[in-house]
Amino acid sequence: MNPQLRRRFASAALIIGFFVAWELLCVAFGIKDIVLPRPSQIVVTLAQRMPAIWPHALQTLYTTLVGFALGILAGVFLGALVGSSKLAYDVAYPLLVGFSSIPKVAVVPIFVLWFGAGTIPAVLTAMILCVFPIVVNVATGLATTEPELEDVMRALKASKFDILSNVGLPRTMPYFFASLKVAVTQAFVGTVIAETVASNRGIGNLMMIASSSFDVPLVFAGLLILAVLGVALYVVFSFIEVRVTGWAHRKDEFAMG
Amino acid sequence: MLAPASSPRAHADAFVELQKVTHTYGRGDKEVRALESTDLRIEKGDFIALVGPSGCGKSTILKLVTGLINASSGVVFVAGREVTAEPVRVGMAFQNPTLLPWLTLRDNVMLPLKIVAPFRQEYRAKRRSEFRDRVDALLAQVGLAGFADKYPWQLSGGMMQRASLCRALVHEPQLLMLDEPFGALDQFTREELWGIMQELWMTRRPTVLLVTHDLKEAAYLANRICVMQARPGRIIQESVVGFARPRTIALSYDPEFVTLTQRLRELIMRPAKETVQ
Repeated sequence: MNPQLRRRFASAALIIGFFVAWELLCVAFGIKDIVLPRPSQIVVTLAQRMPAIWPHALQTLYTTLVGFALGILAGVFLGALVGSSKLAYDVAYPLLVGFSSIPKVAVVPIFVLWFGAGTIPAVLTAMILCVFPIVVNVATGLATTEPELEDVMRALKASKFDILSNVGLPRTMPYFFASLKVAVTQAFVGTVIAETVASNRGIGNLMMIASSSFDVPLVFAGLLILAVLGVALYVVFSFIEVRVTGWAHRKDEFAMG
Repeated sequence: MLAPASSPRAHADAFVELQKVTHTYGRGDKEVRALESTDLRIEKGDFIALVGPSGCGKSTILKLVTGLINASSGVVFVAGREVTAEPVRVGMAFQNPTLLPWLTLRDNVMLPLKIVAPFRQEYRAKRRSEFRDRVDALLAQVGLAGFADKYPWQLSGGMMQRASLCRALVHEPQLLMLDEPFGALDQFTREELWGIMQELWMTRRPTVLLVTHDLKEAAYLANRICVMQARPGRIIQESVVGFARPRTIALSYDPEFVTLTQRLRELIMRPAKETVQ
C-alpha cells in the first residue's frame, strides 16, 4: 500500500508542479496571453465562458460516445471474423495494417463529401479511429488462444460454439478491454479532428473559431476540457477493465500488495 | 476414408483397438511419419502406459484415440465402432494443467458437465446442487478440499495438476487419456499423485492410456507397458506388469521392479544409440 500511495502522491505533485512551473515561467519571462496564456487565466476564462463552452463540450462527448459505440460493434464483429481462424488472421492482417496506417484526418473530407458537414462525419471519424485497436486486439486474443485449451474442449466433443463461448470469448476479454482504453481516446481524437475541419459545433469547432479571432485563452480552455474528458473516459474504462478481467491482472494486484 | 471390400471389424473384447494405423504430419518434404502401421489392443478397464523416446508417436496415439486427429491410414476403434462415430465419454489431462484462469477450481472441474451429454441437459438444474457436491467430493479425494473457490493462479503447480485430473474424471469417462500429466511436477508431488491416480483408477475403473517419459511411473501405474520406437514410431514391445495393487512407492525399490525399469530403459536407449552417430 505504501509504495502505491507514494507513487500516486508523486504523480499528483508532478501534475501540480507542471502547472505551477508554467505559470511561473509565463510571469518570469513576461509571455503575452496571445502566445501562451497562464494556467490561471485559462481557468478564469473557463469559468467565465462556461455557459458558452458547455454545449460544445456535451456535443463533443456525445459524438465521441456514439462513434465509440459504433466502433465497438464493428470492431468486435470484425475482430471475431478475423480471429476465427489462423488462416483468416494471416490473410486479413496485411489489409488491416494497411487501413490502420492511413492518416485518418485524410478521410474526413470524404465523409463530408458523402454526408455533408455536421455530426455524422464526426461520428464516423471517431468510429474509424477507434475501430482498429479493437479489431486487432479481439482478433489477436482469439487467434492466440492456447491450442491445449481448445484440445480440452474438443476431447469433450464440444461444438465450435461451445468452444467460442467457454474458452475463446472469455480469454479475449482482457484484450478487448485493454483496447477499449486506447479506443476511447482515439475516438476523441477523431471527433475533434472532424469538428475542426467540418462542423459548426463541438470543442474542435470552438477552438477553430477562437484561434481565428486570436482568443488564445479560449483555445487553451478548449484544450483543457478535451484533456479532462479524455482522462475521465480513460479512467472509466480502466476501472471497468480491472473489474471484469481481474484474473488477467493478478500480477499487478500482487505487486501493489 | 476408403472402405475395403470387407470392412475391418473391431476385436470382440477390445475397448480400444488400433489396426495398422499409420499417421503422417505435414506434406511433401516436410512429411514426418509419426506412426507406422501400429496395432494396439486395450481391454475395457485396463491401464496401459506408452513409453518411448521423444517423437515416437506416443501423443499421436492419444490424439488418434480421442479423435482429435484422423489417421492417415488404418482404423481406430473405440467401443467397437470407428473413432469418428464414437459415442464414448473421454477425459483428458495434459502436461500443463490447462485450467481456465477466469474460473474457480470448482467451475473448472465442472466444465465437462457443462459440455458433455447427458450431463449438459441437466447442467442448469443441478449445477448448484448435485453437480456441485460431486465436484467438491472429487476435489476432496485428491486433497483439494476447501480450495474449490480459489482461482488456478492462486495454487501451486501440483494443486493445479490435481484439479486437472479431477476435470478429466468428473464426467465419469469410459476412456481416460493422460498425456504426461505428472511430467512438470517435482519428485515428491509426482509420487503422491501416482498414489492418487491409482486410487482413482481402482475406484472408478476407466480405461486409461498414459503417455509418459518416466519408466518408474509407467511400472507403478500400468497393467501393461508398450515400449515405442521413434522414426518411424511403432510399438516394439509390450510388457505385462504383474505387481499386486495397491502398489506403493516402496515397491519401486523392489529388485523385480528395478529389473523391469532397467529392461525398459535398455529397450528405449538401444535404437537411439544406433541412429545417433
